[in-house]
Amino acid sequence: MPMAAIVELAAIRKSYGIGTPVEAEVLHGIDLRIGQGEFAALTGPSGSGKSTLLNIVGLLERPTAGRLEIDGRDTSVLAESDLTELRGRTIGFVFQFHHLLPGFTALENVMMPRIIERGAADDGAQAAAIELLRRVGLRGAEYKRPSQLSGGMQQRVAIARALSMSPRLILADEPTGNLDTHSADDVFALLREFNHDFGSACLIVTHDPRLAQRCDRQVEIVDGRLTDGSSPPAI
Amino acid sequence: MTRPRLPFEWLVALRYLREGRLQTVLILAGVTGGVAVIIFLTTLITQLQASIVERTLGSQAHVVLRPPEEVNRPVLPPGETAAIVQPRAQRPRSVDQWEAVTRLAAGQPGVIAVSPVVSGAGFAIRGTTNKAIALLGVDAERYRRIVDMDRYMLRGRFAVAGTDTVIGIELAADLGVTLGDKLRVTTAEGRDEVLTIVGVFDIGNRDLNRRWLFTTIKLAQSLLALPGGVSNIDLKVVDIFAADRVADRLRAQTGLTVDSWMQTNAQLLSALRNQSVSNSLIRSFVVVIVAVGIASVLVVSVVQKQREIGILRAMGASPGRIMTVFLLQGAIYGLVGSAMGAGLADGLLHFFSNVYRNADGTRLFTADLDGALILRVCALAIVVGLLAAALPARRAARMDPVQAIKM
Repeated sequence: MPMAAIVELAAIRKSYGIGTPVEAEVLHGIDLRIGQGEFAALTGPSGSGKSTLLNIVGLLERPTAGRLEIDGRDTSVLAESDLTELRGRTIGFVFQFHHLLPGFTALENVMMPRIIERGAADDGAQAAAIELLRRVGLRGAEYKRPSQLSGGMQQRVAIARALSMSPRLILADEPTGNLDTHSADDVFALLREFNHDFGSACLIVTHDPRLAQRCDRQVEIVDGRLTDGSSPPAI
Repeated sequence: MTRPRLPFEWLVALRYLREGRLQTVLILAGVTGGVAVIIFLTTLITQLQASIVERTLGSQAHVVLRPPEEVNRPVLPPGETAAIVQPRAQRPRSVDQWEAVTRLAAGQPGVIAVSPVVSGAGFAIRGTTNKAIALLGVDAERYRRIVDMDRYMLRGRFAVAGTDTVIGIELAADLGVTLGDKLRVTTAEGRDEVLTIVGVFDIGNRDLNRRWLFTTIKLAQSLLALPGGVSNIDLKVVDIFAADRVADRLRAQTGLTVDSWMQTNAQLLSALRNQSVSNSLIRSFVVVIVAVGIASVLVVSVVQKQREIGILRAMGASPGRIMTVFLLQGAIYGLVGSAMGAGLADGLLHFFSNVYRNADGTRLFTADLDGALILRVCALAIVVGLLAAALPARRAARMDPVQAIKM
């Protein structure tokens, strides 16, 4: 019996500049299914549409055509506010450039998704955030600002933040792209660990074939089509 | 370090304000200055106007009822015959049924004192000196409630009975008389009486000090040949700026000539109005400048924080909550700025009330702050802060999280 899907894409197309002379289709009909707890790499050359696909899966952008289901819910019928809520509850992001909030401490950054969801910090938020920081190896750095941390440490804070809502799906856009090999391995190992411990599905965009090979599954995208033959062939 | 219990919007808004230290300090200084100017100017002008009005009204009634002017009516219909109609000389007359009119006026809403007065021209004579005077026959008790004569008394008391009289300091000097001395008063009606001075006043106006001479109503009636009559009825009202409305009503009800102080002092009133208008203009300019300042600081802040806004949106913060974060910043600028502005205005008022003094050494104005004014200005500052923040806040809320993160 196949695993229940956390993400299900069917014939997803995305165009930019619709109605203008520079209209361009970036994704040409993507069919992709990611199961609960799956650990997948999304690879492909620059400009192939990796980030666009990730943004669509992350509900940051809406597809031009096609059907996208997240955790069994058809997102095309959801209003913007419902998308925002679904995103906050289900998905955790890790970006290439960590994107921490510079004015807040590491602890506050990790607590922020929960503060956003609950309206304010609650009793468990701080303890949970301290525990997450400990797990990513940042005990003692709770009250440091991002600018006081190294690149690898910042990325680990970002991972702790992505995990703070115990998301069913973690989307990572080149999470190691900005790090030296050693830190990159650390970060990758952390993602692996959380995938194993919490059962969060991971979709990791990466340029690094070494990392991609260490994932359970590799999805390759070239010129807006998946190379597994699921996309319609170029005409 | 952490403020664990603050709601998300407050947490982020306060942190952004703290982060943008210099911007925050500068715009707070701007709001503080603006609020201080508004409170300072308004307090100053309100007090100065009140003291001008008080000085003006200190020696006159708010509303005066007089008999209607006498006019000549041509017997022949106008337009059919050539006629020159000369204006009539106005002889002294009594207000018709003045006791009934007095009761009617006293019953009007907003009227707090009514005093019938018998007034006319005469001469005060002492030895070989004689001076033109305005003879005022009053009931001291009732007149006191119209013009607070007790405040102006230099010697003796403001009380008239029998042949007692109260005169001004200049008249006393001109005639060389003082308390207890006698003087003779004659009128054009050919009547005269010897009066005893029981009081000397200084009403703050040389002209009135030289001319006013108070006696009883009865004595004035007999000197001016107005037996049983009074020449005018003076009123005092609660709201001095509603005096013309009271006057209009009484004019319609009695058919008498009714003048309010606002008509007799039309020029003063229009000067006060102009002053109020220029104050309002200055206030409006300050409000606009403060609003533009807050808006521009927040616009810059939204641009600076584009990426962070994108991250917050990606983490599940709705556009409405992002908007609230920036609206709050505007409101906080208004609230904190107005609190500090009130403090600054208080300091300015204390300082300048010591610097500027009247000719007699008393303060031109006091440093009393009006609590209601401060509350109004604070409310205004918060509303202006919110309105100024509306545009940047909308911009922040509409930001596309993907674009914001890519920046």
